[in-house]
Amino acid sequence: MTGKASGPLLSVAALLGLWVVAAALTADPQILPSPLALWQPFVRELSTGTLPHHLGATLVRVAWAFVLAMLLGTAIGLAMGRSERVNRLLDPWLVIFLNLPALVLIVLCYLWIGLTEAAAITAVTLNKVPNVATVIREGARALDRDLDAMAKVYRMSATTRFLHVTLPQLAPFLAASARSGIAVIWKIVLVVEFLGRSSGVGFQIHMYFQLFDVAMVLVYALSFIGVMLAVEWAILQPWERRARRWRTA
Amino acid sequence: MGDPAAVGTAGEALADGMIRVDILSKRYGRVPVLGPVHFRIAPGETVALLGPSGIGKSTILRILAGIDTDFEGCVSRPEHMAIVFQEPTLLPWRSALRNLTLANAGLSEAAAREALARVGLKGRGEAFPGQLSLGQQRRLALARAFAGRPELLIMDEPFVSLDAKTAETMIALTETLIAETRPATLFVTHARAEAERLADRILELRGEPATLSPHLVQTEGYD
Repeated sequence: MTGKASGPLLSVAALLGLWVVAAALTADPQILPSPLALWQPFVRELSTGTLPHHLGATLVRVAWAFVLAMLLGTAIGLAMGRSERVNRLLDPWLVIFLNLPALVLIVLCYLWIGLTEAAAITAVTLNKVPNVATVIREGARALDRDLDAMAKVYRMSATTRFLHVTLPQLAPFLAASARSGIAVIWKIVLVVEFLGRSSGVGFQIHMYFQLFDVAMVLVYALSFIGVMLAVEWAILQPWERRARRWRTA
Repeated sequence: MGDPAAVGTAGEALADGMIRVDILSKRYGRVPVLGPVHFRIAPGETVALLGPSGIGKSTILRILAGIDTDFEGCVSRPEHMAIVFQEPTLLPWRSALRNLTLANAGLSEAAAREALARVGLKGRGEAFPGQLSLGQQRRLALARAFAGRPELLIMDEPFVSLDAKTAETMIALTETLIAETRPATLFVTHARAEAERLADRILELRGEPATLSPHLVQTEGYD
């Protein structure tokens, strides 16, 4: 057990070591402060409540965009994977939205909807939906037809079918798109905040960017990475282990 | 729904419980696979559908089961059906017990455990299908089919690709379960011996597009 847990710890320690060496070589805390030099500002921001406030604002946006993108993307992906007609109809849209730069969508949402929370979340959601839909479509195409037939003959209810026949088959695809989704979403949320919000990690980074305060930029970025690691370890991984139990049993 | 002239309709079984299959034709693209096929199955009757591989037996079965609705004709089937495929076709992510209760809404846990015991899977209710041997998985599929006491049981070559000993165990088990539950049964096979052993009546599928042959021609099995 200790051997298993020490692997990631060692690798994080190695990264930190690399950082310390790089900071020592740069010898300019303005450009690259050492990890230790971040501790003080981190504690200060934490105790004044500024850091939790902005982390919270970003986290709420990430959560909204994530849930909306997963729901919409799964629905669209399922419809496209199961019906060739829907697929032919929506596929060009998917290709267009997949290739639309995040920045364009964000700017357009702000211009059309206004500099509001709704615009910010819509922009992030629209950026992620095509990716989720693409992955889930593959999953829907791979659904077992025999199980479908079985469910039909035994007259399973729509809910039973979805929960016990379809969803478990989609689980690896859902996990893959959730995993990559949450990482992409928080990055886009930062851009959205950078461009048009007055709270959140992205807003703070914007401010410290203008002040050329590398230490504070790193404090905010690393704090949010910490939050996302906690989400990964506390929510995503345990859920995945549970969903995969039947494979390893 | 019950209009016999409609195309590809699935009417409910009539009051006498008779299962009626009236297929006028079935084609895949432009290739006709089935000509006129008409037969009845009385409640409690076991009917075997015999014919060489690839002739369209499974197509008839899928039409009767309501899986395939793209055909010309009319089928009356009961509400309560069960099916056994060539492969176990279980939900690998749910326990053996849940496989029974999910497929048979309203089946109590006690009744499901009873059904497991009937096929020799006593105490294996919590196991996932992947933890069972292939033989056990097939017995689980049988338990699932009989547990809900279906009015119509459809079996698609359930003993194909089994070694002789396993096949014998499975056939004997199926015989017992049919005798106990008395569902109307359509049993698809290409092995005449199996058909003669299990069925009250044998329908034979011949020709291209396939139709039911009017007489029983005594030949050896097709294997």
